[in-house]
Amino acid sequence: MDTTLLIAAAIKIAVFIGITMSFVSICVIFERRFSAIIQDRVGPNRTMIPLSILGFKKDLALPIGGLTQPVADGLKFILKEDFTPSYVRKFFFWLAPVLVVVPALLTMAVIPFGSPMEIAGNVIPMAVADLNVGPLYIFAIASLSVYGITLAGWASNSKYPFFGGVRACAQMISYEIALGLSIVPVLMFFGGLNLGHIVEDQVTNGWLLLPLWNEGGFIISSGYWADPQASIQRLLLLIPIIISFIIFTTSIFAETNRMPFDLPECETELVGGYHTEYSSMKFALFFMGEYAAMVVGSALIVTLFLGGWSIGFGIDNLLPVGAWWVSLLHIGVFLGKVTFFILFFILVRWTVPRFRYDQLMNLGWIVFFEAALINVFLAALVIAYPSIGFVGVAIGFALLITASILLIKIAKGSLEKPSATAV
Amino acid sequence: MAIIKVERPKLSIGEKIYFGAIFKGMVITLRHAFRSLVGKTTGAKELNSSGVGVTMQYPEQKWDDQLPEYYRGAPALVTDERDRERCVSCQLCEFICPPKAIKITPGEIPSDNEWAKIEKRPLEFDIDMIRCIYCGMCEEVCPEQAIYLRPDYVITGTDRNEMVHDKDRLYEIGGKRVGLVNKWNDLK
Repeated sequence: MDTTLLIAAAIKIAVFIGITMSFVSICVIFERRFSAIIQDRVGPNRTMIPLSILGFKKDLALPIGGLTQPVADGLKFILKEDFTPSYVRKFFFWLAPVLVVVPALLTMAVIPFGSPMEIAGNVIPMAVADLNVGPLYIFAIASLSVYGITLAGWASNSKYPFFGGVRACAQMISYEIALGLSIVPVLMFFGGLNLGHIVEDQVTNGWLLLPLWNEGGFIISSGYWADPQASIQRLLLLIPIIISFIIFTTSIFAETNRMPFDLPECETELVGGYHTEYSSMKFALFFMGEYAAMVVGSALIVTLFLGGWSIGFGIDNLLPVGAWWVSLLHIGVFLGKVTFFILFFILVRWTVPRFRYDQLMNLGWIVFFEAALINVFLAALVIAYPSIGFVGVAIGFALLITASILLIKIAKGSLEKPSATAV
Repeated sequence: MAIIKVERPKLSIGEKIYFGAIFKGMVITLRHAFRSLVGKTTGAKELNSSGVGVTMQYPEQKWDDQLPEYYRGAPALVTDERDRERCVSCQLCEFICPPKAIKITPGEIPSDNEWAKIEKRPLEFDIDMIRCIYCGMCEEVCPEQAIYLRPDYVITGTDRNEMVHDKDRLYEIGGKRVGLVNKWNDLK
């Protein structure tokens, strides 16, 4: 291995973990300020740099509207008393917070942050590990964080955290199915699992959710319609892609235990949920893990559906390939898109009311699971159209509708409550 | 009483999918957030908002003119219309004070003084504002109408000594209060 690549990898690890962690704090400040604004409040807007504790006369008050609040929050967490109740299972109690944070940070490794940079003749991809199994890796690692939450609930040796842990376990495992199935159409379309290639594909052929341009030009120009059949097929594919997007985004909400699926940590029923017994930095780790999962989830949505680091609209092709400033620009664009999604997460939090637990399970197992399954075949039919022809697609479509109706019937039947007289 | 059976509304397919409703909800939330950000929330003007939402930002903005007449803030001593201190150091307030916040050292008025007939005035008058509970009993018990609860509520200090209001400070807060207390009327 080349030393340049090794050094580049080390720098990338440091920078991208730094970016993720700073995004966690950005999440916190956005969560607090944006929530406040939605609720007609002001939010934390007065933290300043406390020079007075260092012996200076005055605190440094910068007109940045409380942007240093996350620093204050973090310091508070570190300085708080770390209290471990006597009745907990010590080893697992200590292990659990780590198991929440580490997977969330590990998954960041395969996300392409920007376009590849060319340094001293080496083309360096802007992902820590440019794996050929990107999404699979993310799902494999991200599903480990369920251990952290479940262990936290169990090791606390207390009823409410236990309920929280069990709920989280059931919820995350249920939604992983929908999560995995929903991106099958996406991967079928791209024909590969390398996230870097997926983004590069979207640069030339339009974002997955926004196929307004391709190699020929914009949708309004004749170049776009050079191969009308392919273009129509691409636009038709939007139907399964949008279904995928909705299922995937909602499942990410459920996976990260965000509103409206935050049942594992409801204050009204479970005091605090799985982290009730945790304090100080151990609680902060849960907090960070949750937000890091949110950042990774947003990054994954952006990478798969919204063109990752690409500026879009054909602008990327005008920029020189491999120049360092282009890479940095692309990283900026990517982070901008992730920020947008974080704001979206917060907006949803204050819009959609919470689900009841049985509604949550119904949505996961009966609606999303079936919908994702049907969606896979729908996408397959659209993609297979050139090779099986119109008749094949028609037969397939008829079969799919029959199967769907059957599936919906079964699903509806499972929703019916057994009548009281039957008992 | 008649029993009214309420049917659950039949939802159309569009309503059952409810992505439309969620989208509509998000637009409403976002519009609300935008209005909050530019200070156009309903009631922002009436509540004297600082520009974001309806919140007034406290130390910079105060709403003292909205304090009611009967607001009980810091207790303070008052002088009458001829700048004479009204307190005769009878110490009733000191005895009635539930948290024992008031400490009075009585003093005599020298015989050559214009007000010698009153005989006593406080030499020291300290109110410990850390102890004070703003109950207003001192005001009620005072036979001379010399101590009043003023609408001052911002009483801060960086140590305990600063929080003790001495006589000068109490007169400074209290100011002049015009009104007849008969026995001080020199015409009588």
